[in-house]
Amino acid sequence: MSSKDRILARIRRAVPAGAVPPGAGPDAYADIPRDYLTVHGTRTAEERVDLLAANLAEYRAIVHRTDAEGLPQLLAHLLARRGAASVLVPPALPGAWLAATEATRVHDRADATAATPAALDRVDSVVTGCALAIAETGTIVLDGGPDQGRRRITLIPDHHICVIHVPGQVVDSIPQALPLLDPARPLTWISGPSATSDIELDRVEGVHGPRTLEVVLLTTGDAAQ
Amino acid sequence: MPAFPAAAREAVHDDTLRANLRHATHTIRDKRARAVTELADWDRLREAGRAVKDHTIRHLDHYLLRLEEAVTAAGGTVHWAADAAEANRIVTGLVLATGEREVVKVKSMATQEIGLNEALEAAGIAAYETDLAELIVQLGDDRPSHILVPAIHRNRGEIRDIFRTRMGDWGRPAPEDLDDTPAALAEAARLHLREKFLRAKVAVSGANFMVAETGTMVVLESEGNGRMCLTLPETLISVVGIEKVIPTFRDLEIFLQTLPRSSTAERMNPYTTMWTGLGPSKGADGDGPSAFHLVLLDNGRTDTLADEVGRQALRCIRCSACLNVCPVYERAGGHAYGSVYPGPIGAILSPQLRGTASEIDATLPYASTLCGACYEVCPVAIDIPEVLVHLRERVVQGGPVTREGLRVRIRPAAGHTAERAAMRAARLLLDHPGALRRAERVLARTRRFRPHRLPGAAGRAWTETRDLPPVPAESFRDWWTRERGGTR
Ligand code: SF4
Repeated sequence: MSSKDRILARIRRAVPAGAVPPGAGPDAYADIPRDYLTVHGTRTAEERVDLLAANLAEYRAIVHRTDAEGLPQLLAHLLARRGAASVLVPPALPGAWLAATEATRVHDRADATAATPAALDRVDSVVTGCALAIAETGTIVLDGGPDQGRRRITLIPDHHICVIHVPGQVVDSIPQALPLLDPARPLTWISGPSATSDIELDRVEGVHGPRTLEVVLLTTGDAAQ
Repeated sequence: MPAFPAAAREAVHDDTLRANLRHATHTIRDKRARAVTELADWDRLREAGRAVKDHTIRHLDHYLLRLEEAVTAAGGTVHWAADAAEANRIVTGLVLATGEREVVKVKSMATQEIGLNEALEAAGIAAYETDLAELIVQLGDDRPSHILVPAIHRNRGEIRDIFRTRMGDWGRPAPEDLDDTPAALAEAARLHLREKFLRAKVAVSGANFMVAETGTMVVLESEGNGRMCLTLPETLISVVGIEKVIPTFRDLEIFLQTLPRSSTAERMNPYTTMWTGLGPSKGADGDGPSAFHLVLLDNGRTDTLADEVGRQALRCIRCSACLNVCPVYERAGGHAYGSVYPGPIGAILSPQLRGTASEIDATLPYASTLCGACYEVCPVAIDIPEVLVHLRERVVQGGPVTREGLRVRIRPAAGHTAERAAMRAARLLLDHPGALRRAERVLARTRRFRPHRLPGAAGRAWTETRDLPPVPAESFRDWWTRERGGTR
């Protein structure tokens, strides 16, 4: 008997109810109580964005606000302030975003400079969009979309700038976020920069992921998801 | 492995250990209480989490098969391991097949439970722990003492000394002038580990959740070492207990709210990575590993499932909240439990996964005051005191249990081992007034849940000749302080 058969047989002996399909009977999946809240509080679109900004800042992300016109200048400024000589660019980051920066662009997938982890380690900063953001927890979700690129480009460089369209990409809560995400895609949830509390429970930002997370709230006025 | 009372007696006399533990558990328990209060629907989330987990373990065969199907369809390979030896054999074989001789590891209780690092070492494979606390433990030739913060028993000075003397043996040495500030220590770990991440070809992880419906694996972490291991290597091997499966992607909405708040007391942990097999392009685009293996681990879990009272331990999402509120854990420390699962959850899980034949496992159900604080904080409402009493009955009285899938009858524990163990555990508290005071206070708050007679044989034997005293609304010490206003 294979281990699979052995384990399944043990389960079926241990819980005879297991023979009943989970959709039927006294402990059906549909009967699980779900009277918890789908959102904690009522907010206007503006309040939702403010809460996102506050929660991100509480976990030491640096939050900026601008509109389409101001974005290229802001990004150029943030990169220059860091002294970033090179910046990683996801395949379909809107071209105008980086129009004002002097930093050398390293294109994810296309450039040899981005081919190996060791090469990525020599790039200073990365600029991406996101799939959505969650206000109540101060979380950004990346799904590898064309304006975000591969998981590794937001992981290895020490400086990540993430642009969120507000209010369109902001939801209130985790229960609102999950139905909008595709589990088949690689999903990375980010709440503040890398941190550890392993030494006497003192929080230290920045261990292995980017030590600096800057978030740009880009006002588009577009409320559609 | 010494029995719990002996190990605990040693631990309570280690002043540094106790100071480290007290500081850590108190900090985190106060923060957690605040994080939980923020959610007005906490009780309902807790009840939903309990219900999802109970439903899943009642239909575990169904959901595991579904999971296997989904992972396979997404380009992963699923292996089934009945026990630790089989899991180690599978993982070792998979690593050797890649031709590599080193792996990077994401912190995982399951691989500790099966002793994977030792098995890999025996096969000539070096396993590098990459969680900062696990690194401290590994470099210090130590054992983890907490589920979430395995090096909770170490203070910054001790950590600096470990880094200075040992890092060089494993790779990049610590800087000469390393001081003991947390920032400097974290930086040293970053530099030491980065060279390992960038060259690693094989990673080993666990998972917090596996979604049956979609085949999605979920890992929550803070440092980014998890993201490194799950993203950069070519081969990823995940060893996961079969109880970690949940039915649907939607169910994550419960646990992603309750787990971070219960464990690190944060609204959300800094990083959560989710991956489904090799992804839509089946790993061809260099985003994540190009081979994914999932090893489903039984190792006593189906035996635990066979016990109607004890099976609720399988709901555990390893948040560690129960450790931080436990007056016994606070004084005894994690090592005294002699298992990778310390604290209240360890006291009920280890004797079920391993059986109660050894002395340590027979005494673990006594490593508690039954104060009920662990039950109160548990985000999946595991009634730990109930299971403790149930296991005590099993130890004292013997009776039918399931071991490796077979019904067997165990004999009562020899002599009065059990009662002696209970008395020693009690003395541990009575010798240390601070812990007793806290235990009493919690007892007072939960008194409406107390039965008049203790359940189980041990309990019955006790209450047969004694009345269980009613628990007063306020502990005597609290009453004294209030009435005599600090004149003590
Ligand atoms: S038993 Fe409950 S409180 Fe303890 S670690 Fe498990 S889930 Fe958390």
